[in-house]
Amino acid sequence: MQTASLEKIFVKGNEAVAMAALEAGCRCYFGYPITPQSDIPEYLSRELPRLGGEFIQAESEIGAINMLLGASAAGVRAMTSSSGPGISLKQEGISYMAGSELPGVIVDIMRSGPGLGGIDASQADYWQATRGGGHGGYRIIVLAPASVQEMYDLTMLAFDLSDIYRMPTMVLADSVIGQMKESVTPNPRPDTVLPAKDWAVRGREAGEVQNIVKSLYLGDGEMEKFHWKMQARYQELAEKECRWEEVQTADAELIITAFGSTARIAKTAISMARDAGMKVGLLRPITLFPFPKKAYAALSGRCKLFLDIELSTGQMIDDVRLAIARDAEVSFYGRPPGAGSLPTPEELFEQIKKNYPAHV
Amino acid sequence: MKQVFARPESLKDVATHFCPGCNHGSVHRLVAETLDEFGIRSETIGIASVGCSVFLYGYFDVDVIESPHGRAPAVATGAKRARPDRIVFTYQGDGDLAAIGMSEIIHAANRGEDITVIFVNNTTYGMTGGQMAPTTLPGQKTSTSPYGRDISKDGSPFKMAELLANLDGVAFSARVALNNPKNVLNAKKLIKTAFRYQVEKKGFSFIEALASCPTNWGMNPLDANQRVTDEMIPYFPLGVYKNTANL
Ligand SMILES: Cc1ncc(C[n+]2csc(CCOP(=O)(O)OP(=O)(O)O)c2C)c(N)n1
Ligand code: SF4
Ligand SMILES: [Mg+2]
Repeated sequence: MQTASLEKIFVKGNEAVAMAALEAGCRCYFGYPITPQSDIPEYLSRELPRLGGEFIQAESEIGAINMLLGASAAGVRAMTSSSGPGISLKQEGISYMAGSELPGVIVDIMRSGPGLGGIDASQADYWQATRGGGHGGYRIIVLAPASVQEMYDLTMLAFDLSDIYRMPTMVLADSVIGQMKESVTPNPRPDTVLPAKDWAVRGREAGEVQNIVKSLYLGDGEMEKFHWKMQARYQELAEKECRWEEVQTADAELIITAFGSTARIAKTAISMARDAGMKVGLLRPITLFPFPKKAYAALSGRCKLFLDIELSTGQMIDDVRLAIARDAEVSFYGRPPGAGSLPTPEELFEQIKKNYPAHV
Repeated sequence: MKQVFARPESLKDVATHFCPGCNHGSVHRLVAETLDEFGIRSETIGIASVGCSVFLYGYFDVDVIESPHGRAPAVATGAKRARPDRIVFTYQGDGDLAAIGMSEIIHAANRGEDITVIFVNNTTYGMTGGQMAPTTLPGQKTSTSPYGRDISKDGSPFKMAELLANLDGVAFSARVALNNPKNVLNAKKLIKTAFRYQVEKKGFSFIEALASCPTNWGMNPLDANQRVTDEMIPYFPLGVYKNTANL
């Protein structure tokens, strides 16, 4: 373990990710340049060699994700990062990692799309991240930071969850959170009890178990068995690992729900609403998979009106609809990502006024 | 008064976004002059790649397809096979062509696609802020090779003009530079030869243009130009590496 000083530091979100990875014991990073995440490979190209780690700028994102697959299969903590176009290319490898039950941390600093899109903040990769973006039917753990501190803390957590559940784990942020600077407490690596990586390839003495990291299941019933095992794991995740934040929900007549950077903007809008005497709260999922369904179910037992806000035309709202009580309603305010479409707090305040229940 | 210098018709009358001293503008101009001289502007399809030259469609007065990063030769293959009577060229940077797009360029070249590839080698990823490219010189410092390119770990720079010349499918391959008037004139001549191959349906043609990127090299335009002379040309020798039809 590296000793981290608890003095606050003032860094970019992307740098916080890189620092947390080093503190988490990640010594292999494989990346490829793409805006708005290039600070991560740039930081690690400087720092990893000093720690005896491996930094590789791969020939492509496809190269990078498969280097991650190889390093993870060899039992070490490893990470890759990218943004939309590169994350799409990584999906084949992520599917293989999911099929091979491999840990590994993937950071997606979302930018707008589809295609080359733009480099402004976006939340339109929510589906791609939470539905398992590749083929075959699988999920990965998805964590959604809303501050630079959370970029640090959730990256650290991503390594632990990934190792415990043997699932690829994604930190899903966007260019606002990646590029902004805030003060951060560089918390030390927690002493999480981690399962032994006795499945990893290491070379073996005669008589020792042969470790094979693979996703090919041809035998009768084998593939089905794998899927049921993973379903049970997803269930366990849902029970134990859901994380969310609630702000002023106790008396709320309207609950805003949003993740990442839009939740930040919503917080300001909510304080404007509170100042105007409106009882508005916030439910911010921190784990997008597992989605904190119980928090929605509990809150919607009392508050019947939700307003989902996203920097997309609406993706998380699917999960919100499934999670809230049947007699609760959710309306939507979103803007497609792209230059100039990040909503202002005033704009969200207008939406709050529009959606605030008439009877109060 | 006799007009001696004008904007090629194949270029639009707009200002480019290129940094001062950037060679992308020079290469654009030479390609445009070539299209004018062959009179093929209206039958040309350009394939823009992902890099500082992605805005090709803003400057060339031809139809353009914007391709995913590295995939321009595959996109060009599709366009050319669908419309064999058109002139199709790709315009790609070194990150685009020699890193992520290595597979597409090798296979398009090996199939001997009747296209022209303009490859602009500035030894860095210009658009994303100066990271190490597959053509970054040994020891060269970039934002992802802060201690200098270490060939024991990062490999050696690819010499694309030579590498492609080795493939049977390639008809023409040459490397040019734009660092002095003589080299510019020679670059013009060889770019024209590359397009002549396509006009005469004589096979795959490839031009590698050594280019400056003053911004990401942290140099002024003159020093950047000097670097092309002092560091790039010695490593990437200029010349014609293949000329099957002796055009
Ligand atoms: C799949 C994918 N990965 C990464 C990027 C980010 N990207 C944009 S331009 C570029 C590199 C450009 O470098 P080069 O091809 O050398 O062109 P230059 O700008 O130097 O002319 C990269 C990596 C992207 N758009 N798509
Ligand atoms: S960054 Fe470099 S390649 Fe891009 S326009 Fe500027 S000088 Fe040219
Ligand atoms: Mg380049």
